[in-house]
Amino acid sequence: MFDVAVRKVLGDFVLDARFKSKAAVTALYGPSGAGKTSIVNAIAGLLAPERGRIAVGDTILFDADNGTDIPAHKRRVRVVFQESRLFPHLSVRQNLLYGRWIAGHASGKLDEVVQLLGLEDLLARRPRTLSGGERQRVAIGRALLADPMALLLDEPLSSLDEARKQEILPYLEKLVGAARIPILYVSHAREEIERLADTVVTMDGGHVKSIEEVRR
Amino acid sequence: MYSFSAEEMEAIRLSLRVATIGTLASLPVGALAAYALARWRFPGKFLFDGLVHLPLVLPPVVTGYLLLILFGRRGPIGAFLESTFGIVFSFRWTGAALAAGVMGFPLLVRAIRLSFEATDRRLEDAARTLGANAPLVFLTVTLPLALPGILAGLVLAFAKALGEFGATITFVSNIPGETRTLPTAIYTYTQVPGGDANAARLAAVAVVLSLAALVISEFLSRRITARIAG
Repeated sequence: MFDVAVRKVLGDFVLDARFKSKAAVTALYGPSGAGKTSIVNAIAGLLAPERGRIAVGDTILFDADNGTDIPAHKRRVRVVFQESRLFPHLSVRQNLLYGRWIAGHASGKLDEVVQLLGLEDLLARRPRTLSGGERQRVAIGRALLADPMALLLDEPLSSLDEARKQEILPYLEKLVGAARIPILYVSHAREEIERLADTVVTMDGGHVKSIEEVRR
Repeated sequence: MYSFSAEEMEAIRLSLRVATIGTLASLPVGALAAYALARWRFPGKFLFDGLVHLPLVLPPVVTGYLLLILFGRRGPIGAFLESTFGIVFSFRWTGAALAAGVMGFPLLVRAIRLSFEATDRRLEDAARTLGANAPLVFLTVTLPLALPGILAGLVLAFAKALGEFGATITFVSNIPGETRTLPTAIYTYTQVPGGDANAARLAAVAVVLSLAALVISEFLSRRITARIAG
């Protein structure tokens, strides 16, 4: 469940958006420049709103009224970024286990995630040698293995060509079916959203325009 | 021609020790200064930047003189260090290492600062969302990615330290076995009759050592870069 109300002035752009969603998968839909990534950054703790309140599930992550602002590294909100952001100096296996390594204790099963995302043959490789699609699968695995309480996928397919998109979408559908945590899926592609999301939050110009249920 | 006298060997060994320890000891301070200059905003940053670069632009003799004033036995810092920790710099090899470290410091900071500035901040953000606090982000992402630059800075500073003359001779003089490093030894040999062959031999050693440092750093830097690039 996402409960987001944020206001932030970023130069000429004013982000002033609020939405609530109880769906398992919430899509954040809208053209580029609508403020979708700013919402992701605010929920993840990478962008501090001036006003507002952000809650995921029962956890209040940010509340300007009483000064609550849980630092990014303690939020357990894991992000799959548009450009993967895999660590170039680490192998695929080390990237996947980064969250576990930082936490100092095991969380999630490597084998399960590797199988879910079809990463068996990539574990020893470096991120630079992977295709765009493979990188995004590893990034999804890295987020899943870091003991997430919510998952934010920020246009995970937008940098890929059509064939790669069709290659990853089945993995995403499997993931969405198997995950027991709220997922926020950001995209400007209607097709992806219709295949994956239960609720669509449409944004434009920094504001929420509509919130609708998707019939799948 | 090919065997070194005890005196020459002493100067070579001392030089290597002084340059190595001086450079390594300045690394933590240099890395911190570089990080502060690359990432932080603070009042007096412009002044701090100037202070860091001072040894690069001052006449080395002046740097040596300032070290003598500050770190000499009666200097404010020197007296404090001697009474508190028993560390003495004046006319000791430790003082030569200090002078070497100080002279190489601006080169060290410049190289490391550049690589901190070039590090992709988005990767650091990714690490934060995966649970890493600020020190862990630095240790697991920023530092490894900056490693080639740190190495380059170390080699530059080491080469500078190896050749340091003016500040060293002003601060700790030219005492055989204690503060007579390669450059001061070469200078001494050129001042005595019949010292030409010794001076030439030590000059050749200086060329070889400097080139070796350069080759080693290039090799390591390529290996690290290749590893990062996969």
